[in-house]
Amino acid sequence: MMTEPLIKIENLRKSFPIRGGVLGKQVGEVKAVDDISFSIRKGETLGLVGESGCGKSTTGRMILRLLEPSSGKISFEGKDITSLSNTELRKIRKEMQMIFQDPFASLNPRHTIEKILEEPLIVHGVKDRNARKRKVKELLEIVGLNESHLKRYPHQFSGGQRQRIGIARALTLNPKLIIADEPVSALDVSIQAQVLNLLKDLQKNFDLTYLFIAHDLGVVRHISDRVGVMYLGRIVELADSEEVYTNPKHPYTQALLSAVPIPDVDFQKERIILQGDVPSPANPPKGCAFHTRCPYAMDKCQSVKPVFKEVENGHFTACHLH
Amino acid sequence: MKTTRDKTSMEEAIKVENPVLEVIGLNTSFVTDNGVIPVVNDIDFVVNRQEVVGIVGESGCGKSVTSLSIMGLVPTSNGKVDGKIIFNGENLVNRSEKRMRNIRGNEIAMIFQEPMTSLNPVFTIGDQLIEAVKIHRNWSKKKAKEHSIDMLKKVGLPRAEELMKEYPHQLSGGMRQRVMIAMAMLCEPKLLIADEPTTALDVTIQAQILDLMKKLNKETDTAIIMITHDLGVVAQMCQRIIVMYSGKIVEEADVRTLFKSPKHPYTVGLIKSIPDMRTKKDRLDSITGNVPKPGSIEFGCHFAPRCPHAFKRCLSETPELKTLQNGQKIRCFLHDDMEVAQ
Repeated sequence: MMTEPLIKIENLRKSFPIRGGVLGKQVGEVKAVDDISFSIRKGETLGLVGESGCGKSTTGRMILRLLEPSSGKISFEGKDITSLSNTELRKIRKEMQMIFQDPFASLNPRHTIEKILEEPLIVHGVKDRNARKRKVKELLEIVGLNESHLKRYPHQFSGGQRQRIGIARALTLNPKLIIADEPVSALDVSIQAQVLNLLKDLQKNFDLTYLFIAHDLGVVRHISDRVGVMYLGRIVELADSEEVYTNPKHPYTQALLSAVPIPDVDFQKERIILQGDVPSPANPPKGCAFHTRCPYAMDKCQSVKPVFKEVENGHFTACHLH
Repeated sequence: MKTTRDKTSMEEAIKVENPVLEVIGLNTSFVTDNGVIPVVNDIDFVVNRQEVVGIVGESGCGKSVTSLSIMGLVPTSNGKVDGKIIFNGENLVNRSEKRMRNIRGNEIAMIFQEPMTSLNPVFTIGDQLIEAVKIHRNWSKKKAKEHSIDMLKKVGLPRAEELMKEYPHQLSGGMRQRVMIAMAMLCEPKLLIADEPTTALDVTIQAQILDLMKKLNKETDTAIIMITHDLGVVAQMCQRIIVMYSGKIVEEADVRTLFKSPKHPYTVGLIKSIPDMRTKKDRLDSITGNVPKPGSIEFGCHFAPRCPHAFKRCLSETPELKTLQNGQKIRCFLHDDMEVAQ
């Protein structure tokens, strides 16, 4: 079980400046990601859940260096990639690919599927035209489409098929890590199940490692080995998927799990309905960021920021209760 | 609460005989460059007083067009609505725009998925609420304002007086949806159509909004049609559920029957394909294929191409919606041999 982490994140932060006034001076900052650390082992799926604005997508983008981290360290296979130059980065990017939420917005509407899938191969220097064509056909079959789709354009496909194309494109360069940012949230339930099954099969066949970012807790449980829960830029809980769902420690995780409507009429549960909204990340509460909505908040929570620590074997949480 | 009424057995009896809304043989089609496309196809259903009815289905199944047809919001330039929509004894199909304006927001109200696009960004919350009251009630501005503030408080918004002076962009998504609900409930409508009211919201906020809608449904006379793709939401909110597929109703049952013994292969597949948060399955059951485009299937059962049980007859004949003895309605040849209720 103790395999080398494929990717390791240490004290990663990202803040965006807020500019105001006539001169556009910086008047504040949004701490989108505030000091998070975790690692993903080879072949593992780490699920990252949280509500909108909690920083889960920003985290995914920073790992690919699509966004520059404000501070912190990202290591890929033991190599620090936080300060790599663009040329060096391009080589590493081959190993890390992304699947986006909206497959329509992330596919060029003027390119045929063949061109979309061939492009990464051209960029990364596969010179043999026939080899490229072969690879593209192979990819299409892997994701459950066929050769007849090659000459079509993205608008001729349904949402589920488009997401399959997005997945095929991510696989083109045989990556090791795939960051999937809400890959199924735009799809219908019956199609969502197909795509999730496909992602699982691919992981097995190609020995992939996933960072799976989503807000749907059912989907995340189904696909993840470990789950991290984010709230206002911080990870508040991180543990094995089974642990998070059956034995949640952080009050936010508990509330989040209880808020999900279960499709079962007999299922009775104690609902924890949180009061109020998620506070603005531009002005997060002092101490524990969750104390304004926490049913168990103590005096300490208002002033002291809880440390993210291991409370049980492999179960991390940031809460003064533990 | 002035509208709270005790649920006596007498009222229960009246409720059954007194549907708020009866939809009979509704057909809605749109004229496009590719000809006339039927989007809603021969739909019948009833909504009783105070009932919460869920309409579920995937994108393009016609659930939203059904609600727009009821509201009389199908564009007349290229849309065509046939059949009967009987609301309070009055047929709403092809009513004059003047009469519909009278009904909309007054007797039937609607809330939409994205509250930001349904609120006017250049008017304050107060302006918009007061306008909605004044259109339908002959009240003074002061009374309308008081009523609006009351309603904001009722939907659980803090600092209601100050909110009246704020603009939609100053509120969060959950608060905006509360404002939309307040606006919809201003004139105590008999029917509230909620089209994916929580889809754009986070789960913790969704829980708050669903809780609020349940509370309002209990405290007032308002019946709710809940349109959603989320089976978890309907399991929690609705008493009766209608499942739509490709413009047709394929199954209708009370919530318990639908989740405990779904009959139509589509409903069965849909329920199975939800990743349940309580257990971890190695593989999800999925329905193969894709949702057909409206109008793309001419013959036979629309679900046949994706149905694991399809046989020859399904491809040539269209099944009828039949009522089983327990009141469950289903459109499938597989259950033809089951005794049909009179």
